[in-house]
Amino acid sequence: MSGIREVKGMTGDEAVANAAKLVNPDVVAAYPITPQTIIVERYSDFVNNGEVDTSFISVESEHSAMSACVGASLTGARVFTATASAGLALMYEILYVASGMRCPIVLAVANRAFSAPINIHGECTDQLVCRDASWVSLFGESAQEAYDETILSFKIAEHPDVMLPAMFGIEGFIVTHALERVETLSKQQVEDFLPESRSLKYRFNPDDKMTFGSLVLQDYYMEIKRQQEEAIQRAYQVTKDVMAEFSEMSGRKMEVIEEYKLEDAEYAFVSYGATAGNAKAVVDRLREKGEKVGALKIRLYRPFPSLDIHEALSGIKAVSILDRSATFGSPGTIVQTDLASALYGKENVPSLHGYINGLGGRVLTLPEIEEIFEKTKDYHDIGMTTTTDWVGYRK
Amino acid sequence: MVAEITDIRINGRGGQGAVTASRLLAEAAILEGQYVHAFPNFGPERAGAPVTSYARISPEPFTEKTEVYEPHIVVVIDPTLLDDVPVAKGLKDGGTIVVNYDGMKDNLVKFFEGVHANIYKVNGSKIATEEIGRNVPNLVMLGALIKVTNIVKLESLVKVTLNRFRGVLGEKNEVAINRAFGEVE
Repeated sequence: MSGIREVKGMTGDEAVANAAKLVNPDVVAAYPITPQTIIVERYSDFVNNGEVDTSFISVESEHSAMSACVGASLTGARVFTATASAGLALMYEILYVASGMRCPIVLAVANRAFSAPINIHGECTDQLVCRDASWVSLFGESAQEAYDETILSFKIAEHPDVMLPAMFGIEGFIVTHALERVETLSKQQVEDFLPESRSLKYRFNPDDKMTFGSLVLQDYYMEIKRQQEEAIQRAYQVTKDVMAEFSEMSGRKMEVIEEYKLEDAEYAFVSYGATAGNAKAVVDRLREKGEKVGALKIRLYRPFPSLDIHEALSGIKAVSILDRSATFGSPGTIVQTDLASALYGKENVPSLHGYINGLGGRVLTLPEIEEIFEKTKDYHDIGMTTTTDWVGYRK
Repeated sequence: MVAEITDIRINGRGGQGAVTASRLLAEAAILEGQYVHAFPNFGPERAGAPVTSYARISPEPFTEKTEVYEPHIVVVIDPTLLDDVPVAKGLKDGGTIVVNYDGMKDNLVKFFEGVHANIYKVNGSKIATEEIGRNVPNLVMLGALIKVTNIVKLESLVKVTLNRFRGVLGEKNEVAINRAFGEVE
């Protein structure tokens, strides 16, 4: 446990920039995009003021940003970048290059809706659709979690059993631009947690000849992909261990999922990011009315913590999945289909009711979440085991 | 337990520092060990256009992250908004509204017929112009707000103000904040 903790007011973006400052990565290559901009602006201030040793590479696009990150990472550098929405989409090609070449890059995502129509506000589709890119993927609820996940993402990504890139997301504006209290860590705490020394196996080295990015066809391509799968499966335990160590160091409990009042619950909300905060607030309101309800927050999205989720939801009658992401023609919301796959065929599993909400920054109010709870109860009572609805839009 | 939360909306015009005001109010609350979520209204911002910013403050931890639709307190930085914007929209019954206004309080009350709220006024523009040298009454209005609500301590606001605006500008704001604290009615 830490001693006296310093508390500061920071927006989500400022929290990411300040945490990254403590990490002091060797290279940051980034291109500004709302609502990530403040991360890059603040960090370039730190570089300009000599507060960090980072080489800051200004690039002409996000595709170039991620490409520069890959090149830097292949020399063994510790690398950080940040983006959002269209910027993440433009990086998409290189996300696979980063993971395929096992570059432990850390990427902060200011989750924002995709165009068209153009919209700058909060929505998590941008990050969720990167689920197959072999990146560790985390979501944060608050400026505090943004701060903490910035730091622990490096430790997960760089772990010798993992050596994969990691992204973490916070929602545009409602977290990125909102001021909250953040308990900070000292430079020494972060240096002790995240040692300078790390694996330089299979990195460019002046004394050794190596090739990266070569052509690999039917002969070995699938073996390389299988290695990525094994690495991300190992990332599950590594993330648990890293979060346990981080909790010990910071005094703030950090786990792959967060369980809120689930012990005696008959119903539950499942969500991630800022929505999880609203779900917890609604749980408190419903509990005062005598409802047995709890909430589960997914903090680690990839690798998907199926075991933890099954255990946490075991015995619950019905679950409302609050999914702030768009998917079209799908059998369920994005996270609902993950949950269904994780729970199918297991015992004591709840019925799953997905709710697509909050697109393009549309606010899902607490009373609306209470209505969702009632709707889920109704579905369950008439025996429906899975449903998917859009909520909070004009019909 | 449902946390006791105070929702505050600040109505101003682009360039008048409504965002800075909500931020410094929240920073003052953090300084006192309170919990906050403070943010600007996330629209396109143009100088002179009506803007809003928000601060949600509680002595207890809270997790909700929604925009503020039903504030307990409204602060109006710019008196010309009274004609253009329904500044009392959503204000909770029995809430508080603090307006930068240069006329008689009786005249101000006429703008809020049917609104069940405690209405206060202070001539923030005059104070800002005289003490700061510019009609930027954002922090001045917080001085008045604190007097009538005790949402944070005056000394906390002064401390974060001096931290944000070093030197003479901070000191002038301090004088102006104190004056508004004394003159609000």
